[in-house]
Amino acid sequence: MEKRKERIDRGIKVRSGDIFALCSWREMLFLAAPRLIPILGFLILPLLLGAYWQKVLLSVAVFALLAISWDILAQSGMISLGQALFFGMGAYASGVFNHYWGWHPLVALPFATVMGGVICTALLLPVLRLRGIYFAMVRLIIPLMLVRIIEATKIFGGTEGLSGIVPLPSKWLELYLVMGALMAALFGFRRMPDSDYGLVLKGINDNDRSVMNAGINIYWFKAQALFISSSIGAFSGAFMTHVYMFVGMPVFALDYSILPIAAAVVGGPGNLAGATLGAFILVPLSEILRGIGGLRIVLYGLFLVIFIVALPEGIFHYIQRKYHQFERWVEVEG
Amino acid sequence: MFLDTVVYALINSVILALMAIGFNLTFGISGVANFAYGALYVTAAYVSWMLLNLIKLPYFLSAFISILFTTLLGALMYRFILLRVRGQALSEVIATFGIGLAILELFRYLGFVGFEYTLPVFIDQSFFILGAFVDMQRILIVIFGALLILGLWVFTHHTSLGLAFRGIAQDERTALSLGIDSDWIATLAVSFGAGLAAIAATIIIPLGSISPSEGYSVLIKALAVCIIGGLGSTGGVIVASFIIGFAERFTDSYISSHWTMIVSLAAILIVLIVKPSGLFGEQKELEERI
Repeated sequence: MEKRKERIDRGIKVRSGDIFALCSWREMLFLAAPRLIPILGFLILPLLLGAYWQKVLLSVAVFALLAISWDILAQSGMISLGQALFFGMGAYASGVFNHYWGWHPLVALPFATVMGGVICTALLLPVLRLRGIYFAMVRLIIPLMLVRIIEATKIFGGTEGLSGIVPLPSKWLELYLVMGALMAALFGFRRMPDSDYGLVLKGINDNDRSVMNAGINIYWFKAQALFISSSIGAFSGAFMTHVYMFVGMPVFALDYSILPIAAAVVGGPGNLAGATLGAFILVPLSEILRGIGGLRIVLYGLFLVIFIVALPEGIFHYIQRKYHQFERWVEVEG
Repeated sequence: MFLDTVVYALINSVILALMAIGFNLTFGISGVANFAYGALYVTAAYVSWMLLNLIKLPYFLSAFISILFTTLLGALMYRFILLRVRGQALSEVIATFGIGLAILELFRYLGFVGFEYTLPVFIDQSFFILGAFVDMQRILIVIFGALLILGLWVFTHHTSLGLAFRGIAQDERTALSLGIDSDWIATLAVSFGAGLAAIAATIIIPLGSISPSEGYSVLIKALAVCIIGGLGSTGGVIVASFIIGFAERFTDSYISSHWTMIVSLAAILIVLIVKPSGLFGEQKELEERI
């Protein structure tokens, strides 16, 4: 007797699909819980954690932002292997504003976010004509080469970097600023894929030539997606500059390219919540595993391979499916 | 000054071509961008170092075994990992990148860094050529490089397996209908690419030392050469490696060694602006780039 697995939507999912969700608290909670729990978590976690884990929470949020920025690019058909470029550009922009021109961190931060986005977009404009693997190759090379350029030309402090950058006024401002940015990015861009604008970007990912056929200038849309994504990346870089009170060549390091990809892939590519979930799993994990040093990056590499091959949908989509549907074994009819 | 720069630029170009040709072969035939290429290069070097120094095998035997080992590793990588994500560019890139990262960082973690990790030169001798002091190893690199490229050309144009390779590269479905197994050919393409990386490592590593960061820089150089030359085109790889090789060496002697990387980056950006498909990338131009 052969059996197959059948997936059926849960009753509560069907009931809460339209206006009848308002019938009972249970249905409303079913809809609201997945949104409210992370928001409450973001707001309450900083209060509960000790000083050390607050720092970890900072880097979780920063990597979650980078993963979101990676995912927005990936949804528009651009595979980026060099998120460190966005991170580093933002970090250096904020560092320069603060170190050379003496801007207050709260002024330098937004300007660095926009500036980093503009510089990255301008730098990558010639590369936008490439797609798929070609884009990924160039993106991998650029941050690694920029490191050598800073080393060679000795601009912005060369190998020593810029130190003595003014930190943000208070620890709580720091924590809630980055949490707020994370929520803004997560919930602000969550609906984007379903909007007309997001559909164009999705179309570019699926089949760019048919989008061109529809008379849409795909380079203009790609440039916009790139600007959105690189601004988010630049914000996280600029923010980290003020946390570390230092900016130097390590901001272009491979870590800032790999971890966001790993987070997005583990969490669930194609979904911003997945990227965030991935960062909330991987960064604390790597903090716990700090003792094993360099072996962490080996583990990230293996995570990438295992998830891409064995669970390509990622953890988020898996959980989402379990939440919405139940599974049962049924007999296969003759 | 000028002549010996030319001699060294020539050698540098051949080194670049050797580094890039395996990557290019794999990509041109199976469409897999093997981002684990640098890791395979370094693995081959470490394996022959271990066979040579820990098991005390003769040098040429250990080099031979390490080339075979790396070729096998490439085939296994394709069969067990890449085959499952074939055709999905994003997954292929991430999977190979993850493999490469894991291998390189594992070597770094195990502490394989230092000047003692190097391979001996084949013949310890030096010559004066055009006023330049050139050692035997560099001359052998040029000879091996030329032979390898010639051998590859003969292989892809005059053997049935090589013709099958090109068939798959040109049109996979038509090749399938003629009885060429595309999965098998792609396995061979990835493993041959890995083997070429191992050969390049065996020849080039005696000039320097083995380190995980060498893996990254080989990958970057191979990518740079392939992007400029046009992926999947062997002629393009040779021309591009001469362009980058000469540009690097001349900036090194006339400006400063720090600037060599900037020259490559500028070259990539300029080529992409002027001709996005690379210098010789007319093949599949419409399909893969816009």
